[in-house]
Amino acid sequence: MSEGALQAGGGSVGVEAPAPPSLGRAALLDAVELAEAPRRPLWRENLAIFAANRFALAGAAFLVLVVLFCFVGPLAYRTDQTLTNVINANLPPSGQFPLGTNPEGFDILGRLMVGGQSTLEVGFAAALVATVFGTLWGAVAGYLGGLVDALLMRVVDTMLSIPFLFFVVLLGTLLQPTLPLIIIAIASVSWLSTARVVRGETLSLRTRDYVVAARGFGNRHARLVLRHLVPNALGVVVVNATLKVADAILLFASISFLGLGVPPPATNWGRMLTTGINNLFDNYWWQLWPAAFLIVATVIAINAVGDGLHDVVDKRMGAGEGK
Amino acid sequence: MLGYLARRVGQALVVMLFVTLIVFGLLHALPGGLVRAQLGPKATPLAVHELEVQEGLNRSLPVQYAIWLGNALRGNLGFSYHLNTPVSTLIGEYFPRDLLLTGVAIFLAIAISVPLGLLQGARRNKGADYVLSWSLLAMYSMPSFLLGVIGIIILNIQLPLLPSTAQSFGQGIGTDVRVLVLPVLTLTLGNIAYYSRYVRSSVIDNLLEDYVRTARAKGVPERRVLVRHVLRNSLLPVVSLIGISFPYVVSGSLIVEALFDYPGMGLLFWDAQQTRDYPVLLGVVLLVSAAVVVGNLLADLAYAALDPRIRYD
Repeated sequence: MSEGALQAGGGSVGVEAPAPPSLGRAALLDAVELAEAPRRPLWRENLAIFAANRFALAGAAFLVLVVLFCFVGPLAYRTDQTLTNVINANLPPSGQFPLGTNPEGFDILGRLMVGGQSTLEVGFAAALVATVFGTLWGAVAGYLGGLVDALLMRVVDTMLSIPFLFFVVLLGTLLQPTLPLIIIAIASVSWLSTARVVRGETLSLRTRDYVVAARGFGNRHARLVLRHLVPNALGVVVVNATLKVADAILLFASISFLGLGVPPPATNWGRMLTTGINNLFDNYWWQLWPAAFLIVATVIAINAVGDGLHDVVDKRMGAGEGK
Repeated sequence: MLGYLARRVGQALVVMLFVTLIVFGLLHALPGGLVRAQLGPKATPLAVHELEVQEGLNRSLPVQYAIWLGNALRGNLGFSYHLNTPVSTLIGEYFPRDLLLTGVAIFLAIAISVPLGLLQGARRNKGADYVLSWSLLAMYSMPSFLLGVIGIIILNIQLPLLPSTAQSFGQGIGTDVRVLVLPVLTLTLGNIAYYSRYVRSSVIDNLLEDYVRTARAKGVPERRVLVRHVLRNSLLPVVSLIGISFPYVVSGSLIVEALFDYPGMGLLFWDAQQTRDYPVLLGVVLLVSAAVVVGNLLADLAYAALDPRIRYD
């Protein structure tokens, strides 16, 4: 037996070795995985699972390009995006203006970069705020259970009952629209589904042995929630947060379409798209399609990345439960 | 069933109570207060005081809430000074048009996305599924107004078949139908993108169930397995999905109505936003939320009636 194992060397040693009879098939497979040498670090393994999803990889690459375009692009391609110049209004694409100009005479290519900055900022910031808040809310509800859970989740149900766009428009009426307030307004409707998802996760996690053990050691509630429940629900939370970025970008575009965005000269892709729509019957296609393409492609790319992360979490959870 | 019914209705009532609390809270978060909002910034202190007394705004908050809730329950949602009409009258006029728009859009979306999802699930990861998944994802990744704009470009600008606005709604059946096509199409496509992914995953889940294996093992033709076994079981989640999707559909109708000038609650709300017509804003929010709560409740009860397992949870 030992001879065969020595000859085989390398990775497949574990497969040949007979398993102790007390271990089940799942445990054997786990043992095989563990025995595989050399063992790669966790993040490399996750990256490999992610990269196996070509759709997700393409999405990630596209997002990197978009971020470079918006944040580094203006350094290379300098345009004035604050002073209007009506002489140049509504010009079609040309050598001087690669993507034409808008009704105020701004260069559209440069404006897409600047507008992309606020669109991406709002998307990521709103998703972050919503995720942190929703995760804590859901974890506390799921962990404490009983009356507190019922009360916290009724609050979520209530907020979900108010159609989100109506709520955001109402907030926009009450408050002066600035970028931070728009982020909060979007987050205020987008944390709800996170709270529901995390509560569901927590309900199943809190009966696990390690949580029970940690409680047995006399850990306080806050520590249990923050150190044991939240980190273990993290995979699901990350996937959820990714999709939230896409939703926030779409919601921001809708808010801008309804005229509730940040006042000019500030801009974003949604507002640029709306300008294009307002001039729809003049056939200024360059005011509509570049902004439309960037919004849709970015949202698709984010969804693709979410899909890839979902694969990673799926494989991880599967391995952890011995599937 | 009775126990479940009582529990679920109780929950809906609690949620509705919370909704009224939030709307009432927003009413009092208004910059300058409701009276200032109605009388404008130039009102004399005396006029402000008189209206405050008249509307009971000098009373304590709980008393005000009780009075406001009592009025709302009796159908008195305040008065729109911009439109010079009671809010309840406005809602009575605009709400049925929303039921028409969203009702038709939801019905069409379900009628299309169920067969679509079944096809995708059955042909999982094959050509047809890929093409459909991609197009649906592209549609899902579009702001709903862009979907409507593409509709306008194709069916109004390129092929002058349909009007680009629904402003003239209400001038007889003939124009109404023509005018409604684009808004309904926009909302339906958005909903299909939303529903079909759920139908697809529900079909895929069901295909892995034991009863499917049993049916196949005893030689039931695949088509019959799909239609008689998988489809029926996949329809159950669709019932609750309709309920869950109400806030999404209603929000979508706000955009569609603003884009096409369709005179529904969304447009009423949007116009009220432009003119800061607070009684209308809050009345509409209260009503659409109530509609969502009731819609959710009905969907859940229908689900429980169809699937006995739910009642014992």
